[in-house]
Amino acid sequence: MSLFHLWLNNSMLNQLTISELTAKLARREVSAREATQACLDQIARVDGKIHAFISHDAADALAQADAADKLISSGAIKPLLGVPIAIKDVLAVKNQPLNCASKILGNYISPYDATAIEKLKAAGAVVFGRLNMDEFAMGSSTENSAFGLTRNPWDVTRIPGGSSGGSAAAVAADECIASLGSDTGGSIRQPAALCGCVGLKPTYGRISRYGLVAFASSLDQIGPFTKDVRDAAILLGVMSGVDPRDSTSVPEPVPNYVAALDENIKGMRLGLPKEYMVGGLDAEVKASVDAAVKQYEKLGAEIVEISLPHTDYAVATYYIIATAEASANLARFDGIRYGARVDGADPIELYARTRGAGFGAEVKRRIILGTYVLSSGYHDAYYLQAQKVRTLIRNDFLKAFETVDAIVTPTTPTAAFKAGEKSGDPLQMYLSDIFTISCNLAGICGVSVPCGFTKNPKLPIGLQLLGRPFGEETLLKIAHAYEQATAWHREKAVF
Amino acid sequence: MASAEIDVKYVAHLARLALTPEEEKQLGAQLGSILGYIEKLRELDVSGVEPTAHAVPMVNVTRADEIRPSLAHEDALRNAPKKGGGLFIVPKIVE
Repeated sequence: MSLFHLWLNNSMLNQLTISELTAKLARREVSAREATQACLDQIARVDGKIHAFISHDAADALAQADAADKLISSGAIKPLLGVPIAIKDVLAVKNQPLNCASKILGNYISPYDATAIEKLKAAGAVVFGRLNMDEFAMGSSTENSAFGLTRNPWDVTRIPGGSSGGSAAAVAADECIASLGSDTGGSIRQPAALCGCVGLKPTYGRISRYGLVAFASSLDQIGPFTKDVRDAAILLGVMSGVDPRDSTSVPEPVPNYVAALDENIKGMRLGLPKEYMVGGLDAEVKASVDAAVKQYEKLGAEIVEISLPHTDYAVATYYIIATAEASANLARFDGIRYGARVDGADPIELYARTRGAGFGAEVKRRIILGTYVLSSGYHDAYYLQAQKVRTLIRNDFLKAFETVDAIVTPTTPTAAFKAGEKSGDPLQMYLSDIFTISCNLAGICGVSVPCGFTKNPKLPIGLQLLGRPFGEETLLKIAHAYEQATAWHREKAVF
Repeated sequence: MASAEIDVKYVAHLARLALTPEEEKQLGAQLGSILGYIEKLRELDVSGVEPTAHAVPMVNVTRADEIRPSLAHEDALRNAPKKGGGLFIVPKIVE
């Protein structure tokens, strides 16, 4: 190999997928240190513009890479050995900071690893960085971070989506090979769509939530951001499984998600919910989704119109249930055991002052709303009513899955919007999650894959596929078939 | 369903959340419009519908009561805003 080719080879390492990088590492063409250094170099080059990372420890990442190189040279084989993976600032990584993009956690350093992180490390990954997000994962634009805005690599005047905006932007800008995020109402799929990467929300209970800071415990799931569907299958396989430390993790067997990817999808039935193709849907987004549906027909899938009659109630249901659970979960941030503290004359005053100074505007809004809908006299009218409507929404999906193998929708009603465009109007911001929220309420799985671009400016558009509970094998197979037939996922942002 | 008026000051007290007068005013207006939107759930007849608390219904997940390693004392205190003598320091609670 000439010096030029060697340079070219190494300078592009940060652009590789997991499967491409692990193949090169196994052939000893490159080292984990070179791959990690390539990501760190890209961060140094572009993160001043994008601000996907709140912080990262380069020396620690390189030390992990060196340890991986030692294992590789001793002949060890692990699914993620030497692969740099960056982490949303909501997951505990031992001895690394954890802030949830909030001031209230002060100088918190995680004393333990989340189960998903433990599994990544056991699989050999280089786990590094703290990715920016909306504070406590509450938001759809990453504008609610106490650590500043993250920019969309396709247009830096626009938001990357949220709440996992840093996770999506870092993958889109090739600052890491893959990343982790969390999805409570679309916080993986929506930013993946707006940044042009693959984002998977697994079925509730598929991946342990131990070490994921809780926002809404009955809706939260951890999931991957990747450059293609194969990588999502790899990461899902590594992270899935029951965990005694999370009693809501489910003891379903973990299939080989990668092995199923290349199977044929001929004769599979895909449902188009008529309720998702209505008002507020951008014309270019609609055209891209229509074209994707045609592509599926060419691949031999059968397209069926279905109905999810309670779609229109999902956002209202979500903002009762999610805020109610959040108001209870966030009670633990009281300035006693960890994080920042503002002193008061008595404990009540200390709690109130600490929380008043530590939480940002959106978190306060949701705590107040959640406390209200749970308060005496309103619980039945709001919270119980929402839980009943949640049953109706879940039943819509279970009924649909009796006749279809997956549901096809746009991931978002529009491409990425401008920073500041919706930050003054919380309700408009909430409504931008209209296509992703039902999936969490129903507890099913969903994935967003790139399916085109708007013309001017050129912004990514995402196709959402929704699957049966614990049906990730089929879901990813269907997503992969589309990806193999198109080249959208190979396009790179220029910034 | 209840009216779309929130006594922000009272709810903030329940939530142990100190708000400035400006925050109270702004939250009151914003929450009014959000609650107005949420009112649409009233349109639905949910009589006879069971509430869903969790999407994957699981009951009584138990494990054997065995001694296992847990967070070390110093790790549990590591992030405390105030500590001393191996304890969290808090304001006086009982006179």
